Amino acid sequence: MEIIKPFIQFLAVMFLSPLLLGVINRVKALFAGRRGQPLCQLYWDLYKLFMKTPVYSRTTTWVFKGGPVIAVSAVVAALAVLPFAGRQSFLAFEGDFIFLIYLLGLARFFTVLAALDTGSAFEGMGASREMQFAVFAEPAFFLGLAALSRVTGQTSLAGMFGTLTSATWAAAAPVLILLTASFFMVLLAENSRVPADDPNTHLELTMIHEVMVLDHSGPELAYILYGASLKLWLFGALIACMVLPRGGSWAADTAVFLLFMVAVAAAVGVVESVMARLRMIKVPYMLITAFAFSALALIFQMGR
Amino acid sequence: MHTIAELIIVFIILLDLALAVTGSLSVCIRLVAAQGVVAGLLPLLASSEGPASRALVFAVVIILLKGAIFPWLLMRARDKSGAHKDVEPLITYPASIMLCLGAFIASSWLGSRLPLPKTEVAWIVPASLATIFTGFMLITTRSKAITQVLGYLVIENGIYIFGLALFVEQPMMVELAILLDVFVAVFVMGIAIFHISREFDHIDTAELSELSDWRRGEYGK
Amino acid sequence: MLLLLFSFLILLGSAALALCLSGNPRRAQDAAAYGAVAAAAVGLVPALNSVFTGSTETFAAAWPVPLGSLSFSLDPLAALFLLPVFVLSAFSAVYGCGYLAGSSKPLGRAAAAFNLLAAAMMLVFTAANAVLFMLGWELMAASSFLLVLFDHEKEQARRAAFIYLAAGGTGALMLLAAFCLLGAGAGTLDFASFSPLSGAAAGAAFLLALCGFGLKAGFIPLHVWLPEAHPAAPSHVSAVMSGVMIKTGVYGIIRIMGFLHPWQEWWGWTLIAVGAVSCLLGALFALAQHELKRVLAYSSIENVGIIMMALGLGVAAQVYGSPALAALAFSGALLHVLNHSLFKGLLFMGAGSVLHGAGTAELEALGGLGRRMPRTALLFLVGSAAACALPPLNGFAGEFLIYIASFRGLNSAGPLALAGVLTGLSLAAAGALAAAAFTRAAGTAFLGEPRAVRAADAHESSPLMTAPMFCLALLCLAAGLGSPLMVGPLSAAAAAALGSAEAEVYAAVPLIYVSAAGLILAAVGLIAAAKRGFFLHGRSPASGPTWDCGYAAPTSRIQYGASSFAQPLTDFFQPILRKIGRYPVISEYFPAKAAFSAEAQPVFYNALYTPVAVRLRELAYRFSWLQHGRLQIYIMYIIVTLIGLLLWKL
Repeated sequence: MEIIKPFIQFLAVMFLSPLLLGVINRVKALFAGRRGQPLCQLYWDLYKLFMKTPVYSRTTTWVFKGGPVIAVSAVVAALAVLPFAGRQSFLAFEGDFIFLIYLLGLARFFTVLAALDTGSAFEGMGASREMQFAVFAEPAFFLGLAALSRVTGQTSLAGMFGTLTSATWAAAAPVLILLTASFFMVLLAENSRVPADDPNTHLELTMIHEVMVLDHSGPELAYILYGASLKLWLFGALIACMVLPRGGSWAADTAVFLLFMVAVAAAVGVVESVMARLRMIKVPYMLITAFAFSALALIFQMGR
Repeated sequence: MHTIAELIIVFIILLDLALAVTGSLSVCIRLVAAQGVVAGLLPLLASSEGPASRALVFAVVIILLKGAIFPWLLMRARDKSGAHKDVEPLITYPASIMLCLGAFIASSWLGSRLPLPKTEVAWIVPASLATIFTGFMLITTRSKAITQVLGYLVIENGIYIFGLALFVEQPMMVELAILLDVFVAVFVMGIAIFHISREFDHIDTAELSELSDWRRGEYGK
Repeated sequence: MLLLLFSFLILLGSAALALCLSGNPRRAQDAAAYGAVAAAAVGLVPALNSVFTGSTETFAAAWPVPLGSLSFSLDPLAALFLLPVFVLSAFSAVYGCGYLAGSSKPLGRAAAAFNLLAAAMMLVFTAANAVLFMLGWELMAASSFLLVLFDHEKEQARRAAFIYLAAGGTGALMLLAAFCLLGAGAGTLDFASFSPLSGAAAGAAFLLALCGFGLKAGFIPLHVWLPEAHPAAPSHVSAVMSGVMIKTGVYGIIRIMGFLHPWQEWWGWTLIAVGAVSCLLGALFALAQHELKRVLAYSSIENVGIIMMALGLGVAAQVYGSPALAALAFSGALLHVLNHSLFKGLLFMGAGSVLHGAGTAELEALGGLGRRMPRTALLFLVGSAAACALPPLNGFAGEFLIYIASFRGLNSAGPLALAGVLTGLSLAAAGALAAAAFTRAAGTAFLGEPRAVRAADAHESSPLMTAPMFCLALLCLAAGLGSPLMVGPLSAAAAAALGSAEAEVYAAVPLIYVSAAGLILAAVGLIAAAKRGFFLHGRSPASGPTWDCGYAAPTSRIQYGASSFAQPLTDFFQPILRKIGRYPVISEYFPAKAAFSAEAQPVFYNALYTPVAVRLRELAYRFSWLQHGRLQIYIMYIIVTLIGLLLWKL
């Protein structure tokens, strides 16, 4: 049983992650006074897209078709090292979070190249912005993980979240609160949510992530949407593992964890409903703020 | 109790960061007020036994002054001066925030080197030094006279926290003296800003250089 | 050792043969290439043997040169650096045959210089005597100088070669001083007889070596020759220069540090500072360049910075009493040396292929080469991904070891934690910047629509050029997945560098996991691709134009170009980059024509070196009365000097 648990967790993530976007949309609808889409809308969208025949631009090469495939595989491989409810996945090793960060980098690399492959000015614009924000988001995320490593004295995700207990929270609450805030900001930026980017905007000039995938259709678009939902889960799970130190049995932890993931999605929905998106030149400021939070947390922890 | 005190310290530093990035004057004034109030709460939590009545009275006075009277004065000065409602920094906001972070790193190092009595709350010395530095930064990198007053207030907050670290007992005498100074300073500045704005139509300190009689080309005329 | 000597002789012999055959350029080049490949095949045997068994071979013979001796030593450290010499020079020589085919230049001489460069690098890595080392060093500088001058009719190439010569000369002077300091006590310049220095003398020797070797390694601020010389040289030469030759500087620093035990605290911090600045600014400058080979040159600076930073972390760890961590950091640096030579060689060959096929490497003129040169595009993308340290390619393995070292440092007490944070953070930030630089370079060159006629008419390169690239790309993948195999050799080499008796085995497990995860990634990718194939089975996707938002007359100029892609970041970092741009100001209601230009500036050259050079020249003019331009007077100077020396010695 102990051996198959990580695989059950992995499959659960693969299956449940599209639900988070449904939750976000429901929360936003609630704020707007609408009924909103069904919770499982993304599943239907994915099914529909997989059944569709794609259209390819005449400019494109294999990069355009291969980009989404590689990107989604990178995110799925990243899930292999992602802890679930504070428990390790089937792959856990020293420095696995470095591997995770670089897998996300791989996904971004090919998404951006696939966008540039179309030769469209809009998609180039989105690609340029994506890389710009990554330059600010990655150090913030990295420094946050470094601070977490320093708090727990561990150098793997499973180790860090495994040793994180309520006693750690009692001792280092300010540091962990700062880190949670920083990770949440990185989550918003990396998953192109308001205030960094608006997934529902209808003007190409203001888009970031959505504009990069304008030309994708059919199975490729399905891969992209699915990859996005996995990525949201990934960042949400990091926050959840940090805020919820593992306590009881596997089943209890898992239940609390899943509830918390829904809560994270709801929080994203609330942020989207109550905030306007930032002006494009202000987005780096938000990420620099996240960086400052991570840096403060690390300095606090090192000054102890 | 100490965790809460540490949280307050973190909050004070975050307020420093917020001051470094805020573009709006009124938000700046409120942030400084909030910092004063939070700093005023600190002595109640820092002592290990319950707060004495003297400390309580003192805290109430401070919170009243920094949380209500100063902001009111400054808001009034801002409204009367009719200036633009933003702080007009001389350097970019990312640079400000990096300076602030650098200041905190430097003050962590300084705090570990200074021969100070050991405090029970962590980071109290670095936080105070960083706050003082943020005040300096507000004074030197913002162009308006009113932000200079705000800078002095932030420095005062920093000194107050530093006092907490130095005297585990109530730093009453020190604090009272500083407070008096600052009160007079704010008062004078408030009047001065009001008058400057009447004469010059704005409170940009860069324009004060007009008053200098050492201007190029006119010297010795 | 005998095989190594044999390989050395093959290189020299084929160089001589190429010179003899220079009447027939093709034959001469072929001869040189055969020689390089044979030398590599022969030389790889002892090098691999030493790397994998950890054995040290030495050879010594008398040499009538004062203070010199023909002593050679092949320890695991030297062998590790020799590997890329052989691999890259062989592949580059083959590539060069295709690249220069049809050129009307004196190819025989160029090919001879190329083989001489490889031989000189062998000499540098195996010499165990300072005089011999300096001989190899100067031979290397001279032959690469000739190769930089290959296109000597271009003003840019002459300027680059001159800067390179000046940098090389300055560096060699510093190295001479450093070796004199080291050998002063012993009376001989054999490496084995160097007596340990202490205190300020050791510090001075370290600084001299750092600057002298740094001028070759090309970290900031000693990098000015690099972005000039690499684009000027023919691409296969740039591949060798960037892949191997600049590593001689790294090797030299490691070697000299081996004579300077015990290390001092500030050395580590100096290396970390220099490395962090180089890797961050190198990546940033790479982002601002407009020429493909310049992008790659700045990326080399970034990677040298990463290596320096890892060395600095290792030195700091050693000083603060954590030898296991030091070994780990040194191994990370050494692994990155190997990996960088593979992917940078591949990338420079790719850039050369673009230059060959499209006639230009200006990013703003390229575009759409992915359809016209599909093989080059694929291989260049592999190289770019490796340069961005993306798993499962090889760039990741070395950086991963450095990251692990930085995190172990972070979790230890005292100043080592700070060293760890600085290293890790700079690495992460530089990685993000490098990803932007390489998506920009690869994206604008190979993807989208051609931006100029020449790019539209581009043709794929011959198999003679793509085959070496293909091999290097395969090696990149293999080195990425096979990195756990390198742990043993690396720890032996690191032990040689650290001067510790036995090798510490430290990081085998994480690298194995990384390779396993890389295989998982590949498997998932295959499944995802197969699934896509399954869904598309029996359907024929439609094709159409790219979505243009309803705009009726799109041209390829509308595309995002290299400058527009980088503009958000370059604007943000403008205080550092100081690019000069001309932005159009729109004043009319129907603006007809607008021009935009942005130009990256060699910031350090302009702000640091030009003022110094101007002062120096002013100073030199004061002594211009010594220069009469008359032979008799110069001979008189010589005679006077000789008599003076004689009198002094009496």
